[in-house]
Amino acid sequence: MKYSRGIVVTTLALLAGVGTAQAGVLPEDRADVLYHLYDGGGVEIDGPSVLVRKQVGKSTSFVANYYVDMISSASIDVITTASPYTEERTQWSLGMDYLRGNTTMRVGYTTSTESDFDAKTYTFSVSQDMFGDMTTLTLSYALGDDLVGRSDDPVFERENDRQQYGVGITQILTRNLIATLNFETITDEGFLNNPYRSVRYLDAGSALGYSYEPELYPNTRTSNAVGLRAKYYLPYRAALEGEYRLFKDSWDIDSHTVSLSYTHPMGPWVFSAKFRYHDQTGAHFYRDIFSRSEATNFRGRDKELSPLTSSTFKLGASYEFIKDVEGWGFIKKGTVNVSYSALTVDYEEFSNLSTSALLGEEPLYVLDADIFQVFFSIWY
Amino acid sequence: MKINAFSRLVLLAIAMVAVSGCSNIEPWVKPYERDRLADPIMALDTDPVSSAYIQHVYEAREGARGGEGAAGGGCGCN
Repeated sequence: MKYSRGIVVTTLALLAGVGTAQAGVLPEDRADVLYHLYDGGGVEIDGPSVLVRKQVGKSTSFVANYYVDMISSASIDVITTASPYTEERTQWSLGMDYLRGNTTMRVGYTTSTESDFDAKTYTFSVSQDMFGDMTTLTLSYALGDDLVGRSDDPVFERENDRQQYGVGITQILTRNLIATLNFETITDEGFLNNPYRSVRYLDAGSALGYSYEPELYPNTRTSNAVGLRAKYYLPYRAALEGEYRLFKDSWDIDSHTVSLSYTHPMGPWVFSAKFRYHDQTGAHFYRDIFSRSEATNFRGRDKELSPLTSSTFKLGASYEFIKDVEGWGFIKKGTVNVSYSALTVDYEEFSNLSTSALLGEEPLYVLDADIFQVFFSIWY
Repeated sequence: MKINAFSRLVLLAIAMVAVSGCSNIEPWVKPYERDRLADPIMALDTDPVSSAYIQHVYEAREGARGGEGAAGGGCGCN
């Protein structure tokens, strides 16, 4: 269930075709079939993602995406307070782009289903090309409607409503440099807890020295993020991209995220490397251990809300097996792509309770994960 | 930044669109000078299906969300 929380933001990104959405031009017709595998911290998640985009007539393009997460979890949270489980999440997305002059309007709908979490998201955005197509301005809005359940309690049902407001501007700066600046505000209202997670508090009556009680989060959250990305064409045929994101929310999580990537084509191959670093403060109601039961109004020990740093190193390769100029039947171009990412998360206030260390001497938890992607893409 | 400040930003953006119709800004990078920007290696998102997946992973593992380009935009160089 925890893994589902992120789908709303990515939904908008997928349907808009992040960064490639061009106001005066419809997105290219293409299909992608992807297999993804995440393996780390006792959690294994894999599955397919299939995306098909097709233009109909001169001014309309449709996009559909089918995505599955097959989850097998024995994470640090699960082994300390619950039992390992398996779960499957299925997500469908449909979208339409409509082009009129220099304006593109997009609508989209996404539904995600698993045994204890249903999410529906409606998206709308409009993009306008300006100043000789050097500038593209985009306004976007998304409405999310989540239903949270519990696998061990068929009666348990809580709602969460989410709204996203985005403004983005993409600007050609020189003949070698393009940049994009994006602001996004997201508001949540409803049940924002993970219903399975617990906090721990000092308890002299317990053999361990501590006991557990359910988390209790505020029922609202507002976040603001601003991201700046720039891509530069080097003096030889290769590209360098830098990105920075500043994030703040009403739970006192502040974060800075930076990344740098390099893309290098070589004949039919394109190689890429990327490094990403993320640093965040913790939510004001987060504690690794509370001084007593119900010590504060709100309380959480969700490690994603703790102070942490994460780093990712990614390598990717793409091979063009159907060449752009030759084609093959109705297919204009085809590529096969592989990538590997090594993700490390260092938690600054989240103890590893799976060791036999005494209270107060537990080591901090570190997550190492391997992320693989293999996908075929065709353009037609 | 409070929501009010954000609303002001949205209004500013809308105002920019409104005035763009009567502006006369000459593009300083002409369409015929955008060959490098049109190279597929310069696309801001080469593979949406892949980047949406990895963004989903980050949102599940970290406390931050958004601001990574959902609003989009392109180079208008096709």
